[in-house]
Amino acid sequence: MNDYANNAVSTNQTWSPQPINSQEELLLNIADRVLTRAKSNGASSAEVSLGHGKGMSVNVRNGEVETVEYNRDKSLGVTVYFGHRSGSSNTTDYADSALESCVDAACNIARYTEEDEYNGLADPALLATEIPDLDLYYPWQVEMDEAIDLATRCEQAALNADSRISNTEGGSLSSHDGADLYANSDGFRGLSRSSRHSLSCSVIAGEGDNMQRDYWYDSCRDRSEMRSAESVGEETAKRTVRRLGARKATTGTYPVIYEPMVASSLLSHFISAISGSSLYRRASFLVDSKGKKLFRDNIRIHEQPLLRKAAGSASFDNEGVATQTRDIVTAGILNDYVLGSYSARKLGTQTTGNAGGVHNLTIDPTEETGLEEMIHSMGTGLVVSELIGFGINNVTGDYSRGAFGFWVENGEIAYPVQEFTIAGNLRDMFMGIEVVGSDFDPRRSTRSGSILIGELTVAGA
Amino acid sequence: MSDILQFAQQSLWQPTGLIEQDINNTLGNIMTPGIDYADLYFQYSRHESWALDEGTVKSGSYGIDQGVGVRAVAGEKTGFAYSDELTGNALLDAAKAARSIASNSGNQGAVAVRNNRQVTPLYSSADPMESLKDEDKVALLRKIEQVARGADDRVVQVMVSLAAAHDTIMIARSDGLLAADIRPLVRMNVSVIAEQNGRREQGSSGGGGRYTMAYFVDQDRAETYAHEAVRQALVNLEAQDAPAGEMTVVLGPGWPGILLHEAIGHGLEGDFNRKGTSAFSGRIGEKVASSQCTVVDDGTIANRRGSLTIDDEGEPANNTVLIEKGVLKGYMQDQTNARLMGMAPTGNGRRESYGHLPMPRMTNTYMLAGEHDPGEIIASVDNGLYAVNFGGGQVDITSGKFVFSASEAYVVKNGKITHPVKGATLIGNGPDVLTRVSMVGNDLELDTGVGVCGKEGQSVPVGVGQPTMRIDGLTVGGVSV
Repeated sequence: MNDYANNAVSTNQTWSPQPINSQEELLLNIADRVLTRAKSNGASSAEVSLGHGKGMSVNVRNGEVETVEYNRDKSLGVTVYFGHRSGSSNTTDYADSALESCVDAACNIARYTEEDEYNGLADPALLATEIPDLDLYYPWQVEMDEAIDLATRCEQAALNADSRISNTEGGSLSSHDGADLYANSDGFRGLSRSSRHSLSCSVIAGEGDNMQRDYWYDSCRDRSEMRSAESVGEETAKRTVRRLGARKATTGTYPVIYEPMVASSLLSHFISAISGSSLYRRASFLVDSKGKKLFRDNIRIHEQPLLRKAAGSASFDNEGVATQTRDIVTAGILNDYVLGSYSARKLGTQTTGNAGGVHNLTIDPTEETGLEEMIHSMGTGLVVSELIGFGINNVTGDYSRGAFGFWVENGEIAYPVQEFTIAGNLRDMFMGIEVVGSDFDPRRSTRSGSILIGELTVAGA
Repeated sequence: MSDILQFAQQSLWQPTGLIEQDINNTLGNIMTPGIDYADLYFQYSRHESWALDEGTVKSGSYGIDQGVGVRAVAGEKTGFAYSDELTGNALLDAAKAARSIASNSGNQGAVAVRNNRQVTPLYSSADPMESLKDEDKVALLRKIEQVARGADDRVVQVMVSLAAAHDTIMIARSDGLLAADIRPLVRMNVSVIAEQNGRREQGSSGGGGRYTMAYFVDQDRAETYAHEAVRQALVNLEAQDAPAGEMTVVLGPGWPGILLHEAIGHGLEGDFNRKGTSAFSGRIGEKVASSQCTVVDDGTIANRRGSLTIDDEGEPANNTVLIEKGVLKGYMQDQTNARLMGMAPTGNGRRESYGHLPMPRMTNTYMLAGEHDPGEIIASVDNGLYAVNFGGGQVDITSGKFVFSASEAYVVKNGKITHPVKGATLIGNGPDVLTRVSMVGNDLELDTGVGVCGKEGQSVPVGVGQPTMRIDGLTVGGVSV
């Protein structure tokens, strides 16, 4: 095992935070064994990701416990490189023999894959050298009785909130915590630990042909910041009963407001279109758009990976590269793509620290305004509160999704609508974003206030 | 003892020295007073995938996943824990956690598992990963890429993937049943981008099932996928904006059966109906479709992607009639929901893995053939849409609203197909969409074996199918008003 350490070019050795328990020691120890095995098999370089977590969840329906689940998860994925050939393998078994066969399997695959000059570890100069504690780890040794009590109170609050609530899918509480380690043969060791606790509720309003279901939840790193069970339940009830009496929307072209929960999906489509794997395959409608104007002047979209306690925080990406606090879009112009090392090399540029995705993405509000004011100024149009289906074409930007929402007349919500689609082309839709509200929820990893798009096609009755 | 059970015991128990007595002990330990039912689900799963992209087979991966899920049921309560260690101690730890839903006072129960059910396997137990040499898998990917590139010079990007899994499972139940299954699964996908005058469009095709990899080589199936993906991309290069609004829609045979999966399948799963949260709740015996519609969920078709010799609770798969000549006949059930509703299990208890609880899920869901010639159906349409290929779909069980997104569709005018239109999402209402079916074709086809169904975070392989079908009024979500 020491054989490897002596030979390593360890200019980037990073061990932070220090292991705090035997599980984390175990992860570090296993990573070393895996990398050593890869080297002794002749691999020129290798990388390994490990995760170890535990958790529980409870679901209560009509005040009675329905399910109690305990999880204990571990995973390991290794990628080996023989020059520019690579192979990967994964296992959930940490026994010596299983680890050895896992590495051997990856090496075997690398014998058959083909040379790809862009394959390999990240540039050592870009690896994170400091790994600050981002305050993401608040394990909660929740007692079963307490978990059941919270889920029960949450559901009860929803059931009591409105007499039109007719049925329930229940209240749920879940709590998970664990540690992840990324290590590579250039000496990088990045350990991160995190926790996540969620409380959710889903109920049904109405009867027979006029039933509507909706849900609400809260999710946080630190249990002491969790919203009250009652507030989550009451919000669930409010969101559910407001859908009752929905009619089919009328076909036509209208201005459309996306509520914050669905507005963030527009950002996800944008990120997908400027992500390396879509770009180098030219499978995106936004190829060659770096430096181009994609949104109006008042739009800024940025990434804040180092926010303390936030849902999407990380100081290094899935390849150990330091994440960046950066503007992706400034004044409507695309500054740079979302890249990992492989796609960056394919595109002849440098990784942006986004192997595995973006971290805490925000679209800034264009003005101090919320949903209600935006509805007032829209006059006539639609508000979308939920989207279903997968009608997004990343190659062409064509967009067509099923929706639920509200018809707006004279600046007021007139009635709920359902069984309609909204359609357009994402390129036009991005440029058509007129207003971004300031009503975003800072707890989400993709944050957007309500978004107004000037014109979309609605297909309904 | 059957060969399959023997093989399963060798894979799952022997490496760690588990014996039948450990299983009986664990189940007995859970079956304290107050617990109605318990089961153990052992799994050893190996999987592999290869991918070609940008002209290079640049990645391949292999994985092993193994473990045991332990479940205890008391009335409507379920306790569940799992372990990735297959040892007697790990089993007892998981058992203790799972049975915590009951007070657990009193003596433990006595359970003796035995193999008391012989079911004829619906597929071979051969390991699909061993069925082709690794160099031949790579060569197959390269060949398919060349076929796709050679098919038309507008093809500018080709991605090909090949995946195989070999899954050994064993179920031990507190009622004494001990059952095992060995499930192979292969899948291939070809996806291309074609470019013409600066416009780029994609097409994709693929297939698979519970076969070895020889399936792709036989009858040049892999090459067929390549040609089909290219054909779709070229059609889409000519596509105009899709119409928006309600119109007559003709769905082609095979994969468009995803309509049935979304519009009625999920709504007929036992859990939603027991809870009364489905738009179909309490409607057995009611007319929910035109008399031309008979829809089944059939897990018993040999070698199909959605088929199961036994489900994940040990019940043999079934051919369950969901809708017969327009009348709602039955739900799809797992053990728990069947018991709570006083119905029989239908072999639809499925789970993604040992780390997930089983629930009612579909297998292969399709509509039986009708009387009409497909040409006659298209000729009957004055003005409408003919949709033949689809991407994914989704449904809101409670309101019944469902969507599915067309990836290849044409406008029909005066009984003739005129021109292709861009992909658009179709939206409808599950409980009444089939009442508007006015013609059912005689050309029943099942899909090529590509379906994945997601429910409550769990993915399982499924199949769909249907004949050509005319629906008088479905909302088409295009951009052209």
